[in-house]
Amino acid sequence: MSRQRFSGFSLLWNSLGKHQGWREQWRRAEPQAEYDAIIVGGGGHGLGTAYYLAAEHGLTRIAVLEKGWIGGGNTGRNTTIIRSNYLFDESARLYDHSVKMWEHLSQVLNYNVMFSPRGVMMLAHTVHDVQVAQRHIHANRCNGVDNEWLTPEDAKAFCPPLNIDPGLRYPVLGAALQRRGGTARHDAVAWGYARAADALGVDIIENCEVTGIRRDAGGAVEALETTRGVIRSRKVGVVAAGNTSVVLGMADVRVPLESFPLQALVSEPIKPVFPCVVMSNGIHAYISQSDKGELVIGAGTDAYTSYTQRGALHVNMHTLEAICELFPMFRRMRMLRNWGGIVDVTPDRSPIIGKTPVPGLFVNCGWGTGGFKATPGSAHVFAWTMAKDEPHPINAPFTLDRFREGHLIDEAAAAAVAH
Amino acid sequence: MSVARLPTGGQVGRDRTLRFSFDGKSYEGLQGDTLASALLANGVHLVGRSFKYHRPRGIMTAGPEEPSALVTVRRDAARSTPNLRATQVELYDGLCAVSQNRWPSLRFDLGRLTELFSPLLPAGFYYKTFMWPRTAWHQLYEPLIRRMAGLGEAPLLPDPDRYAQQHAHCEVLVVGAGPAGLAAALAASRSGARVILCDERPRFGGSLLCDDRSRIDGLAATEWVTAAIAELAQNPRVRLLPRTTAFGYFPHNHLGLSERITDHLAEPPAGLARERLWQVRAQQVVLATGSIEQPLVFPGNDRPGVMLAGAALRYLKEQAVMPGRRVVIVTICDSAYRVAFEMQAAGARVAAIIDLRPDPSPAQPDGWQQRLRQAGIAVETAARVLRTRGRGHVSAVEIGRLDAAGLPTGQRSIDCDLLLVAGGFVPSVHLFSQSRGKLRYDEALQTYLPGDSAESERSAGACRGLLSGLAAALQDGAAAGAAAANASGCAGEEPRFEIIEDSTAATAGRLPRAEAAVSGPKAFVDFQHDVMLKDLDLAMREGFRSIEHIKRYTTTGMATDQGKTSNVNALHHAARGLGKPVPSVGLTTFRMPYTPITFASFAGQARGEIFDPVRRTPMHGWAVRQGAVFEDVGMWKRARFFPRSGEDMHAAVARECRAVREGCGVFDASTLGKIVVAGPGATAFMDRFYVNDWSKLAVGRCKYGVLLRDDGFVYDDGVVARLAEDRFHVTTTTGGAARVLAMMEDYRQTEWTDLDVWLTSTTEQWAVIAVQGPRARELLAPLVDGLDISAAALPHMAVVHGTLRGMPMMLFRVSFTGELGFEVNVPSDQGAAALDAICEAGKALGLTPYGTETMHVLRAEKGFIIIGQDTDGTVTPDDVGLTWAIGKAKPDFVGKRALARPAMHAPDRKQLVGLLTRDPRVVLEEGAQVVDVPGQAPPMKLIGHVTSSYASATLGRSIALAVVAGGRARIGQTLHVPMPGGEIPVEVCAPVFYDPKGARLNV
Repeated sequence: MSRQRFSGFSLLWNSLGKHQGWREQWRRAEPQAEYDAIIVGGGGHGLGTAYYLAAEHGLTRIAVLEKGWIGGGNTGRNTTIIRSNYLFDESARLYDHSVKMWEHLSQVLNYNVMFSPRGVMMLAHTVHDVQVAQRHIHANRCNGVDNEWLTPEDAKAFCPPLNIDPGLRYPVLGAALQRRGGTARHDAVAWGYARAADALGVDIIENCEVTGIRRDAGGAVEALETTRGVIRSRKVGVVAAGNTSVVLGMADVRVPLESFPLQALVSEPIKPVFPCVVMSNGIHAYISQSDKGELVIGAGTDAYTSYTQRGALHVNMHTLEAICELFPMFRRMRMLRNWGGIVDVTPDRSPIIGKTPVPGLFVNCGWGTGGFKATPGSAHVFAWTMAKDEPHPINAPFTLDRFREGHLIDEAAAAAVAH
Repeated sequence: MSVARLPTGGQVGRDRTLRFSFDGKSYEGLQGDTLASALLANGVHLVGRSFKYHRPRGIMTAGPEEPSALVTVRRDAARSTPNLRATQVELYDGLCAVSQNRWPSLRFDLGRLTELFSPLLPAGFYYKTFMWPRTAWHQLYEPLIRRMAGLGEAPLLPDPDRYAQQHAHCEVLVVGAGPAGLAAALAASRSGARVILCDERPRFGGSLLCDDRSRIDGLAATEWVTAAIAELAQNPRVRLLPRTTAFGYFPHNHLGLSERITDHLAEPPAGLARERLWQVRAQQVVLATGSIEQPLVFPGNDRPGVMLAGAALRYLKEQAVMPGRRVVIVTICDSAYRVAFEMQAAGARVAAIIDLRPDPSPAQPDGWQQRLRQAGIAVETAARVLRTRGRGHVSAVEIGRLDAAGLPTGQRSIDCDLLLVAGGFVPSVHLFSQSRGKLRYDEALQTYLPGDSAESERSAGACRGLLSGLAAALQDGAAAGAAAANASGCAGEEPRFEIIEDSTAATAGRLPRAEAAVSGPKAFVDFQHDVMLKDLDLAMREGFRSIEHIKRYTTTGMATDQGKTSNVNALHHAARGLGKPVPSVGLTTFRMPYTPITFASFAGQARGEIFDPVRRTPMHGWAVRQGAVFEDVGMWKRARFFPRSGEDMHAAVARECRAVREGCGVFDASTLGKIVVAGPGATAFMDRFYVNDWSKLAVGRCKYGVLLRDDGFVYDDGVVARLAEDRFHVTTTTGGAARVLAMMEDYRQTEWTDLDVWLTSTTEQWAVIAVQGPRARELLAPLVDGLDISAAALPHMAVVHGTLRGMPMMLFRVSFTGELGFEVNVPSDQGAAALDAICEAGKALGLTPYGTETMHVLRAEKGFIIIGQDTDGTVTPDDVGLTWAIGKAKPDFVGKRALARPAMHAPDRKQLVGLLTRDPRVVLEEGAQVVDVPGQAPPMKLIGHVTSSYASATLGRSIALAVVAGGRARIGQTLHVPMPGGEIPVEVCAPVFYDPKGARLNV
């Protein structure tokens, strides 16, 4: 299956034919009876896994099963922040692996995913925030991850709309800046991986929901029951975010996931005014400006678990309070659209990437509020894990067993709260 | 008089003209105009530029669905609002509006050049290019694209306006005050129910406002509206909210309403909020949200002068504005005919009605054909608009028919200066869908209608598909209002109305929508985002089959109108392209808000000081007078240090530390969380909750308590005093007070329902004054009204009740400094007085106020941990040397099971140790990392980090606490702290630097 090359030239060439010559970016595949590997979940992580299985591990018969439309879960509803300035060594390696892949992803996939390293700035508002930020900066430096401390004045120079008035209720005492961090176009990631995987023969099967997992006498996976029939495979990777617990439950595998609604919103588009990404964990504000001009704002999670893709009004209100204080020039801006996704959260807020107790069954889930940034790296190491039946060194610490053993990688706790 | 204003008619105030400006040019309008109607009245049709190709755009609608006529309204530099729809901006005297997304001017916009490249810019072009060279996307292409994108500009100054918020409850909330909504509100209010009626427009009445032919109960429609409003207004149980958009429908009949209070005023009174955000909990909701007319798709359908037919009717009837003199109407349904009659009657020349239906007459009322003939209006049936012509404004339309192959035949051109488009009305199901009600597809109307409700809600009138006829809508509204009242427990009766309808107001008889579209160049589906039919076709050709994918790939429906005039046409075109019935293509999700809502109205009053309430201790004023520098800890303001003249923090802290170690210091510890655990089950509760064994703690004694999460990691700590057999006074960290109480309640209410125990937060009931230092007893003894506080009577870790200068007091003998120490607890309102008494008595002893920074240094010298600084949620009790606190004999406590996991006992766990730099003057940075092998390049093997680090005045050198892998076994070893300027060698030591035996405590 040859792929049409995307380039300025091909765009020009096709414009001569009024763009009638463009082919499907991925085929509408019919499920085959059997595959070498099946990925359950057609988000960025799942599609990427299929791509790397085909591209780097030589598997030829691969299917991605998606119960809805690809990229329709958290891939298509996040605020697209990319960074790798995580505290713990395990996390820093995983996320930095990903950032390095982002830097080349458009070229690798021949699909412009619009990775834009515009810098991610995380604000500190209290003495405790400053301590936490400094610890991150030191750890990142020793791990080879860029992250630098900015004074309030430096932060304002980097992001002119920022209010650094010392009289603020929670004044900006400084910020940690990762210049290599930034944003990307979320839909393009799903489509780019789908197209690249399809070109390598991967079957992308939408509107196909898994309803059961069949196992052989030895307990190993042998087939999936789906709304489009039984599909055999002895290698199944489940990458279904919050629904992972539902799918793995079909093989009697329990995963420690809780699913919460997480909301985001955009403003109406305006001319460029916000040059970077700003995050404030302390007062809950996450903001950047999209290429289209919308202010993209992340809100918080609801307090209660739910699978509805919407959250409560007061969560958005809380976030906009913070936005209006930090960026008072945006007070008259208007919310255009608000939406919710479901985040799958593990007890230590780090993902699970690896094997399950069931032979042939693999899992990649638990990305919580931060999975988009990890897409290429996650997919890359998960493909390795599925292909070789053993984890890549980068995801080796992210086992399911760690919750039983106690080897937690607790990034949330690391940002611990004030004394 | 303005060029297009009729001399009479409309509902505008003619006694006074309003001056306004658009792009710097002055115009005049009337009270009751919108900016759009005023511009049309002045013959201004070019109002905006589209997003992608910067095409000239005019005014297409008369409501919130407007995709094109977007402007910035500027009151002053700080009060500038971009992206407002001119169709919703109410005119006031002095209004200043400017156009957007053009440079250098609206008429000559260089951005228009992009259209020259439009063959290269089909849907999703940006995914296919800009990839070479690799870094050029971020450095070159993206900045260019960003500059071209966006619409208006954000103001650069903080918005000084005020925003209000209000909660309200009612039996019946009616959304929309058109005929159905008014009837519903009347019916519900007459039952005695509390009713809230809101409408986004400044005047209630909806479609009745442009109906001067129908009669209701013997009154003209507009008079009936006036009477209905009067009846509602005089009912004290009814709240009327004009200019109020119901924008969001949340679970349990919780709706968000946005009321615009001052935007229509020339001079808003000072102090009046600009907007008010209502949160309404309604027992029953009646949605009477009406319908939105859709455009038709044909080449050149975006030219200024192309307008929805219903919008033209509104401008004519409401503002007496005739948007054109020579009119062509293109339609797929009967609604256009009424517009034609009205336009003609008002003096315009209707050159032709282009009816796409092959034979529209069977569905039409008797007498129409004759009326058309009388009026001289030609009707072309089965015809199409093939293209429009005109420079900057429509001047002619080319019409024709399509043959079997879809090729045009019989083309001819008709001159016109206004092309009205009637693509059929589509019910506004936005709020219904937000409520998670199930939509069902109605084949006859070719549209989605409300199906099963998910909430206590009813849809009434046009929004549930009653698109033809006033009587049906009114009576449906009345029935819904009465039913809602009944369902909320009020006795509602359905009023009956006597209605004589305007016989031309029919909307029936539609052509299949997808067949109505004429493809060709510049046939727009989404007007703001410049999405054309060919873009939808390209998306489908490239394999995007889900309607969500088509939306996202082409950006259809993602503009500021959120697809109010584009989603329906796109859906029908996609269904046709995919060869599927419309309902199986599905819908994109309706999300809040219905129309854009100001950020600041969500934030309301939460700004400045009350962004988050400030908590101050009873002694805050004293600290201010002492010149304290404060820090934020949670919501509290805590005194961090008390600099004297010329001192920096370092000098002040050194002085404060020496004072405590050598004499005595005073510290405000009121922010510590305090919880009373009381009841017969109190001891058992404490035993299960904290790791410690509480059963043997004597009344009047204290113990250091450690709390774990269920994952076995340290969560909080604090001194706990046993006040009685069944009563504990628990202290928590400042930041932990609320979450520890919440966790306690969680366990009490869900896990340990067998225990009879009460939990009460007393944090704010007590002012806590710590008096610490070798002279602390000497200071306090004379103040405590004869209470014996000798070492024998009140040993370390004991508590006693007494009085301090007559004030009730709970006196703790505790120390977080390592010195002889007391914590005086008095009722909050006497905290300041107690502190004054202590300070007065302390003058002679050199009593020195100290802050949190000194507290941190003193406790670090003693190796006392601070939760959240020396722990981070990954630390077990053993890691920080607290194994001694665990009650070994207890069967269970929170976290016990987790502590049994193998990794919790691994020898290489990070353990709390002390670090001493080789050079005593070097103070390590908190958060700095620790390695055992020097000289590594990143990524290094990190074995721990510095958690606390200070210059210790007491010890005359720097000290640090750190957590280091296998740290206790490394005591005596040299490790290294890699810093940007080089590695700092450190020696590992025990984490207690001062008085390790505690001799100074037990005196």
